[in-house]
Amino acid sequence: MATGEPLIVLDRVNKWFGPLHVLHDVSLSVDKGEVVVVIGPSGSGKSTLCRAINRLEPINDGTIVFDGQPLPAEGKALAKLRSEVGMVFQSFNLFAHKTILENVALGPIKVRKEKPAAARERGLALLDRVGIANQADKYPAQLSGGQQQRAAIARALAMQPKAMLFDEPTSALDPEMVGEVLDVMTSLASEGMTMVVVTHEMGFARHAANRVIFMADGQLVEDAPPTEFFANPRSERARDFLSKILTH
Amino acid sequence: MSVLIDKFDVFAGGFWLTLQICVLAAIGALILGAVMAVLRISPVPPLRAVGTAYVTVFRNMPLTVVMFFAAFGLPALGSNADFLRIPVLDSLFTRLGTDLPYFRFALLALVLYTAAFVCEALRSGVNAVPPGQAEAARSLGLTFGQNLRHVVLPQSWKASVVPLGSVIIAMIKNSALIGFFGVVGDLSQTADQLTSAEGYAFIPVAVGISIGYLIMTVPLGALLDRLEKRQAVAR
Repeated sequence: MATGEPLIVLDRVNKWFGPLHVLHDVSLSVDKGEVVVVIGPSGSGKSTLCRAINRLEPINDGTIVFDGQPLPAEGKALAKLRSEVGMVFQSFNLFAHKTILENVALGPIKVRKEKPAAARERGLALLDRVGIANQADKYPAQLSGGQQQRAAIARALAMQPKAMLFDEPTSALDPEMVGEVLDVMTSLASEGMTMVVVTHEMGFARHAANRVIFMADGQLVEDAPPTEFFANPRSERARDFLSKILTH
Repeated sequence: MSVLIDKFDVFAGGFWLTLQICVLAAIGALILGAVMAVLRISPVPPLRAVGTAYVTVFRNMPLTVVMFFAAFGLPALGSNADFLRIPVLDSLFTRLGTDLPYFRFALLALVLYTAAFVCEALRSGVNAVPPGQAEAARSLGLTFGQNLRHVVLPQSWKASVVPLGSVIIAMIKNSALIGFFGVVGDLSQTADQLTSAEGYAFIPVAVGISIGYLIMTVPLGALLDRLEKRQAVAR
């Protein structure tokens, strides 16, 4: 799927939370159509990396370029860039006071200035695609976690983004609901969506990723195709991590 | 207790004047407080500083001092607060338009003082909305204003209603001060009028005055309780 055209380019990115160096000279390039899965122990900076790409976390040093344009400072230009990067959160973050369909249509109506009727129609089609069209008029709290996360994916897709960021999308779900969310993500990946996925789902990394990034202590330790990474991790740190999660 | 019946018109007049200044002050304080709250949560540091400075000054100064500044400071600066002679409003609330400026001075002081508390009540409501809601809105590309209007504020009302109600109820009671700053004929000043000038016994008059305030505050509290229940958002 990868086209060789870089869409997201991070160059020696550094980020501190006070004295804590959460991102340490991270450089990474993601091509259009590529699916990159980021794994690593907790506290390794994976989520921060993901959130830095649409500047939910501002970085202290280095550059991030999206689609040829460096990330702008807070303001209209940044809002426009964010509208082109879909984001899916661990805790879904659906707007609690709006129905599922209103959640999905809000961005297109307010940001893209689409006609409400057209936005809702497209929203319904997206909800149908993620398998929850029958929940359109319910409120987020009335849905299961898996349904909420699928709605959140539909909400992000409604903006017709150039790339999608997933920040541990299945970590807050009951085990039986993980599959339904991963199915949606897998189909997105196979359709050529550019994706950066922070996850602990090794199965997804194996079958859907073009590349696996392994992070530890704020550093990008390994960057390899999944078959290579899982069969032959080069670093001690990655071997140790894999031995811990794959033995159970 | 015959004073309550004999002088009913005086009580009613006092009630009506207090109600007028409270309605006007509540509207003014809600608007100014909302503006200050938006400044205080704005992403632009100088705007945040303005909001914070406002709250620091007016929340920490006694209302009496604010009233002094309004009633004596403004005339010293040559202002009769004529900007409060708002067309249409001044025909509904006739005291706004009179040549004696004390009603306007008192109104201004009440608004300035109460707005600081309104600001903090609204801000506490905004802080009660989980940060993920605003993050999701930002990541969709909504601007700061759209984020507030469509995502954060609609969810903040629930947490704001109770503290906001307390602020407005406190303001109604604080309005009892205006009689000491030249406003003639409000509910509290009525007590002074009836007891010292007309010689009525204090306790029956005080009971009448209390009833007047309770008529304003108790239904307001009940209304807010109902609003709070209706605003409940399931999570």
